[in-house]
Amino acid sequence: MSYDTTADPTADEPPILPADRHTGCPFDPPAGLTALSDRPVRRLRYPDGHVGWLATGHAAARAVLSDPRFSSRYELMHMPVPMPALGEMTEIPPAPVGDFLGLDAPEHTRFRRLLTGKFTVRRMRQLAERVEQFTAECLDAMEQDGPVVDLVEAFARPVPALMICELLGVSYADRDRFQEHVATLFDQATDVAARAEAYTAVHHFIGELVAAKRAEPTDDLLSDLTTSDLTDEELTGVGGVLLAAGLDTTANMLGLGTFALLSNPDQLEALRADPGLAEQTVEELLRYLSVADPIPRAALEDVEVEGQLIKAGETVTVSVQAANRDPHKFPDPDRFDIHRKATGHVAFGHGAHQCLGQQLARVEMTVAFPALFARFPGLRLAVPPEKVPLREHANIYGVVSLPVTWDPAPWNGE
Amino acid sequence: MNDVREPLRLSVDRERCVGAGMCALTAPEVFDQDDEEGLTVLLHPEPAPEHRAAARMAAGLCPAGAIALIPTEPTDS
Ligand code: SF4
Repeated sequence: MSYDTTADPTADEPPILPADRHTGCPFDPPAGLTALSDRPVRRLRYPDGHVGWLATGHAAARAVLSDPRFSSRYELMHMPVPMPALGEMTEIPPAPVGDFLGLDAPEHTRFRRLLTGKFTVRRMRQLAERVEQFTAECLDAMEQDGPVVDLVEAFARPVPALMICELLGVSYADRDRFQEHVATLFDQATDVAARAEAYTAVHHFIGELVAAKRAEPTDDLLSDLTTSDLTDEELTGVGGVLLAAGLDTTANMLGLGTFALLSNPDQLEALRADPGLAEQTVEELLRYLSVADPIPRAALEDVEVEGQLIKAGETVTVSVQAANRDPHKFPDPDRFDIHRKATGHVAFGHGAHQCLGQQLARVEMTVAFPALFARFPGLRLAVPPEKVPLREHANIYGVVSLPVTWDPAPWNGE
Repeated sequence: MNDVREPLRLSVDRERCVGAGMCALTAPEVFDQDDEEGLTVLLHPEPAPEHRAAARMAAGLCPAGAIALIPTEPTDS
């Protein structure tokens, strides 16, 4: 494989990161991004004027994300997309206490080490029963409220929310209050000020939770962590990260994933015919939808990636969706095909920061999708597909709502 | 190279492991994760032929490059 590295990459005016998905297929990357994927690494103009880089190739993405010479510290980065939440600020503040996503080794390692043992494949599989239970409860409620319900509200959001409550040890009495704040926090329609308020409320809530677990530990992750050397402030930050990372991502995968399956009846039929395909379907959905995108990194020193020299101080943005549609890695990449081997996708990132909760996300989806389609064999969209509102400018891509309907079961006399 | 008849020897570097669990997911017969830290545990440094392909794949998928394939002496079979 050879790429033209002789041409001066700065000769043309560097493009900005294309974000507009709504003109084409809602599951495809923006057309402009696909056009930029002819070279694995190229120049990119950032909203603050910085001229950095864009990595779209699968190998380039893995190289950048696994190389410790690329930093995850927020304050070293230029953001590839406008950040309304920053307001007038031009410099990005460092990670708040406990937000280990914005740290490098060894600070990052300290948090990561404390947490990985809680998210092993085995532990997450043991949680499958709880996921089944929550899913069934949500589906019961959905059946009662419909037909015609918003699947995001009835199913995609509550399933991961209940699992996070379970993991963090939020009591049943507090779950509604907690979920309300959380819903506001992730609601794209809410303005920045209201979301900031919800953020404070959630943070406060988790702080109280940490104090409660320290006073009276129960059988959950936060209680476990009170025995570590993390301070209460750090623990509260960690709780917030787990919440944000574990909720919005999975919720959007469930919402957009259902939309994708309903839009590809042959694939849905294949999954229905063979529930053994569930795990594979989840991997393909992760690849095909790539909802968490993009991932920026800052070069700490000069690094060469696929023949391009990225200089110290420059930001390189990894486009997960482009990498997951790299034809060198995934033949016919734009085809949604649950029979393909999608393993090796970078939907969970790669390197030291690769998603900590990925095994939980897998369990949730592997249980939830088949349960949904088993309960509602005639599930279909209640609006034309082009009327489904998309989260165009959110950090995590997905559907704002997904109105669905089904044929009510005949009354069976019970 | 990816011939399952070819013997395979593995080593893991627990210092590099980030506990993402790709190995235990991909080749559960060969890798596990310990309960305390979630770091990789190599169950079979020389996996049986039927597990070699999965073990190679796990090495390729590991986000931290913590799994190494150690070259073995070619056998004359
Ligand atoms: S895949 Fe790599 S990083 Fe993940 S648990 Fe296994 S050895 Fe560790």
